[in-house]
Amino acid sequence: MRTIEIVLIFVSTSLFAQYPSGEEILNRIDDNLSSENRVVTSKMIIHGARSDRTIESKSWSEGDTKAFTEYLSPAREAGTKMLKLEDQLWIYSPSTDRTIQISGHMLRQSVMGSDLSYEDMMEDTKLIDNYDATVIGEEVIDERNCWILELNAKNADVSYQIRKIWVDLERYIPLKEELYAKSGKLLKRMELSDIRHMSGRWFPGKMVFKDMLKKGEGTEFIVEEIQFDVDIEEHVFTKASLR
Amino acid sequence: MIRFLLKGLIRDRQKSLLPAIVVAAGVSLTVLMVCYVTGVLGDFADFNAKFSTGHVKIMTRAYADNMNQMPIDLSLVNVGELIDDIKREYPDMEWVTRTQFGGLLDAPDENGETRSQGPVLGIAIDLLTPGSKEPERLTLEKILVRGTLPDSPGEILISDEFANRLEVAPGDNVTLMGSTMYGSMAFYNFTIAGTIRFGVGVMDRGAIIVDISDARAALDMQDASGEILGYLPGGYYDAEQAEALTVSFNNKYSDPEDEFSPVMLKLTDQSEMLRWYLEIMDSVSFLIVFIFVFAMSIVLWNTGLIGGLRRYGEVGVRLAIGETKGHIYKSMIYESVLIGIIGSAFGTIIGLLFSYWLQEKGIDISGLMKGATMMMPGSFHAKIVPEAYYIGFIPGLFSSTLGTMLSGIGIYKRQTASLFKELET
Repeated sequence: MRTIEIVLIFVSTSLFAQYPSGEEILNRIDDNLSSENRVVTSKMIIHGARSDRTIESKSWSEGDTKAFTEYLSPAREAGTKMLKLEDQLWIYSPSTDRTIQISGHMLRQSVMGSDLSYEDMMEDTKLIDNYDATVIGEEVIDERNCWILELNAKNADVSYQIRKIWVDLERYIPLKEELYAKSGKLLKRMELSDIRHMSGRWFPGKMVFKDMLKKGEGTEFIVEEIQFDVDIEEHVFTKASLR
Repeated sequence: MIRFLLKGLIRDRQKSLLPAIVVAAGVSLTVLMVCYVTGVLGDFADFNAKFSTGHVKIMTRAYADNMNQMPIDLSLVNVGELIDDIKREYPDMEWVTRTQFGGLLDAPDENGETRSQGPVLGIAIDLLTPGSKEPERLTLEKILVRGTLPDSPGEILISDEFANRLEVAPGDNVTLMGSTMYGSMAFYNFTIAGTIRFGVGVMDRGAIIVDISDARAALDMQDASGEILGYLPGGYYDAEQAEALTVSFNNKYSDPEDEFSPVMLKLTDQSEMLRWYLEIMDSVSFLIVFIFVFAMSIVLWNTGLIGGLRRYGEVGVRLAIGETKGHIYKSMIYESVLIGIIGSAFGTIIGLLFSYWLQEKGIDISGLMKGATMMMPGSFHAKIVPEAYYIGFIPGLFSSTLGTMLSGIGIYKRQTASLFKELET
């Protein structure tokens, strides 16, 4: 009997031992996804209930506190600019020549009718700063072996209190993500693909977001060009650059 | 005989005046109650019809499923063609296009940056077309607090409470930020023409009224509209007529397989809460009227009963001088019928006059509605209905006569031999 107990303890500890700690995985993910600063040219394809729309934009961001986005097309959107400083967001509309500040619950509204909220668009915090992670299993996604991590928020002010992410166990990049409310309700689902190796890191070239509370086929976010850790002039992140 | 009885009633006021006054008072209260309860129900339905539901409403099927969210991305398209068709098909109806939308209303400082802002409910109606009945339907002139009604494109009305909170006034510019029908960001500058007080808490907290053409430009809704509202001929909601219209329209235009095909819903089918409220109010009002008519019947029956008993001595004398019991009984009933008719007629006239006054003036309940989250009118009015002309006669005529008939039975139990002895005591 005692032998069986010892064998069981050995088997269970060795099973857990083959998983790295959640903290270690999060650090490796942050190494891939987070950067000092970045400049991204992207295309957002929004699959609406009636038709699809494609919106092109260029974004400059620095850490998780400064971000500036300019919409390039289509014509109705072109020239619209967004500036995020800390937790404040301003939007400039050329048609009205107005700069409007967005705050509070409005930050959770959809951007351009997509499946992304302003918070989603502007968020670039390190996962390790906001979540405790536990590896809860393994699964194969797109023929890649993945760990399944459950993330629980360390504080109440993050957008999603619970996350479940499927992390490629070789490249340390999420391939799938589910975002939950505190109640456990699934709010959004993300699928990341076209994983490319650039500037010494792995980064997804395509992300598909699906707001589970909305109808429609979701929103594709395609990275057309991305540069990490480049020199961004300080005036980019000022309100003067909005007009 | 009637003339004789009438003379008796006029000359002996003790016998006639008090019962007639009691009957008239009871009947007038009954008439007033019936008119007021009916009016309250009608006001509630009418208010919702004018502001939000129409007597019938046409939307896309997908929009109808999510109506509370005002999903303008699911709006009707090719609205001009559809309106032409339904105007041809149902020429007696009045059709109007409306769009309800949500957004953020932002007031700028001198640099064009946000000074104050708040979430807003927008109602787009036909404000500017000459001859449009929409401003009158929403009683915009009556609820105007400051400024004027919009008379040119780009002008809006804003709820007065919201304007005070944003610290804006007529003549100021504000920007609407929202989403277009296709999900893009919408920005549109407006000038405040005037401020209004809806008298409805949920709207006074933050609502604007804009012209439908401005809304179409702002929300990228060319030839599109969130809703088409239909009003029945005569302007009053008739559930049967609305149901027939709904069935006819849906059979012809709606396709259950296509979520963007139009569907028509009648007023009570547009909101479970509205339907429940109207049904409950209908039942409760019936109960109130029933209990009131019943109570008045007992009161007036009692009046008849007491009237009969009070005349114990008179009946004794009449029996003693040889009048037959049947004749006395009949004459008392005739008198009672006459008093009932006169009292009921006066009571009905008085009740109708009070009801008419309440129909025109109403009772202001806006003070009670400050925190309301439901669309409720700020005042309730009585409504003179056909029943009001005869319902008072149930307690007024029948109950008092029944009371007299019951009390009069005692006439037959009295013995002629002992009459003088009774009268002595």
